[in-house]
Amino acid sequence: MDYLQFALISLIKVVTIVGVVLTGCAYMTYAERRIVALFQQRVGPNLAGPFGLLQPMADAIKMIFKEDIRPAAAEGWFYNLAPVITFIPALLTFTVIPFGDTVTVFGIETKLILSDMNIGVLFFFAVTSLSVYGILLAGWSSGSKYSLMGGLRASAQMISYEVAYGLSLVGVLLLAQTLSLQELVHQQQGFWGMYVWKQPIGFMVFFICAVAETNRSPFDLAEAESELVAGFHTEYSSMRFGTFFIGEYAAMIGVGAIATTIFFGGWQSPFEFLDFIPPVLWFAIKVSGFMFFYIWMRATLPRFRYDQLMNFGWKMLFPIALLNTMLTAGIRLWLK
Amino acid sequence: MEALNLNVIVFYLAAGLAIAGAFLMVWQKNPVASALYMLLSIVSQAVLYLQLDALFVGAVLIIVYAGAIVTLFLFVIMLLNLRGEDLVNPSAGPKRYVKLIISGVVGAELVYLLVESTGIGTHLTKLDSAIANFGDVKPVAELLYSKYLYGFEITSILLLVAIVGAVILARREPGEN
Repeated sequence: MDYLQFALISLIKVVTIVGVVLTGCAYMTYAERRIVALFQQRVGPNLAGPFGLLQPMADAIKMIFKEDIRPAAAEGWFYNLAPVITFIPALLTFTVIPFGDTVTVFGIETKLILSDMNIGVLFFFAVTSLSVYGILLAGWSSGSKYSLMGGLRASAQMISYEVAYGLSLVGVLLLAQTLSLQELVHQQQGFWGMYVWKQPIGFMVFFICAVAETNRSPFDLAEAESELVAGFHTEYSSMRFGTFFIGEYAAMIGVGAIATTIFFGGWQSPFEFLDFIPPVLWFAIKVSGFMFFYIWMRATLPRFRYDQLMNFGWKMLFPIALLNTMLTAGIRLWLK
Repeated sequence: MEALNLNVIVFYLAAGLAIAGAFLMVWQKNPVASALYMLLSIVSQAVLYLQLDALFVGAVLIIVYAGAIVTLFLFVIMLLNLRGEDLVNPSAGPKRYVKLIISGVVGAELVYLLVESTGIGTHLTKLDSAIANFGDVKPVAELLYSKYLYGFEITSILLLVAIVGAVILARREPGEN
């Protein structure tokens, strides 16, 4: 493959992925409002277009045309930088996620993954660990005590949950003997081949930590509106706020995609008689399942108290993840 | 040839940013900006590792330093709400030229050691013939758990001692406010 062709194909992939992810984010907000409304026996936004399907467009237009207010106490360019820093890592996650196997389009063979690096899992962790900076900076640079409290909470929470987050995956990695996400997908053939069955504890810890890392309910203490107005993004308005919003949803989709890839067989079809559904669609279906779960949790669970959150992370999840790691290592050694 | 040129451009960009970030980190009076420049420097260094195909080392550099250590720095700075004017008092401490001499000597020493131990600059071809996937997970793990096992274990004990020490320092006696 020559250089120009490689660049062109990569460009097409990047544009497609970003487009799909951003559209996904927009419709996530719509789905969330409709589904939460159903949970609460309301109707939700149903007026813009059929079933309210144009609501995300309306929201986006509103967001862009709103006045961008900058507090007088805001700190220089940090204030402008913070939303961008939250947004970029969320998008970068999709670099290593496989959407399908190798395909041939117009006689050109290409992998349905942007970069099939052999440290995919670590890349995911490296990128998500950077997303905390946006929140920290936003909280600090707004020059408001609610923002500062929100930012501090978010960072303390993320640092605490990151440890268990990483450890929860070690079990899978021990079994799989690889860090490449494409390789992980290939190993999970069929319904019972999914790693979620071999690593149920690992999956549970992983998902709980993922929810905490993305600052979603019931771990959304960073923006606890009953005490902190809106937490770290209190002072943000217009599209700056919009960027935080999209960043949060993109991070959720990213986590859903990673969980699908590592624990639920990625783009593989779980049942043979359903093989006619294309891999990309399988992937989308599985990720949508996770997105629904996110919304479901938000509608059902009350928010943690701060000390409960910290205790839960350090005294429950961390030891469980550690135990799971040692147990898996032991079993692996024993079976060898 | 084009690919090679791109590699060279990325190298100089990343190396330049790493050095500029390190300098700006020291020059900044605002502690938050300092921490962010440190972050810039670390991320650029990670890019350099990636260019050497040492993917694992690069990823770990970001996870550990950018993801945890600098985050903690920022957390503490923000928790104490430090501003530049709280910290910097140019007349206090050693004179400026003393600081310059000390850092100059240490810097020269580092460069000397680097040149002596690796021969960088004299025979650059050595870098090309590095061990295959030397920065990948497996070679690093094999060395860490065989040749350097004692060092590794002793480091972990050191860290444990540090943790216990921190807990003891932070602990409040019952009744103490």
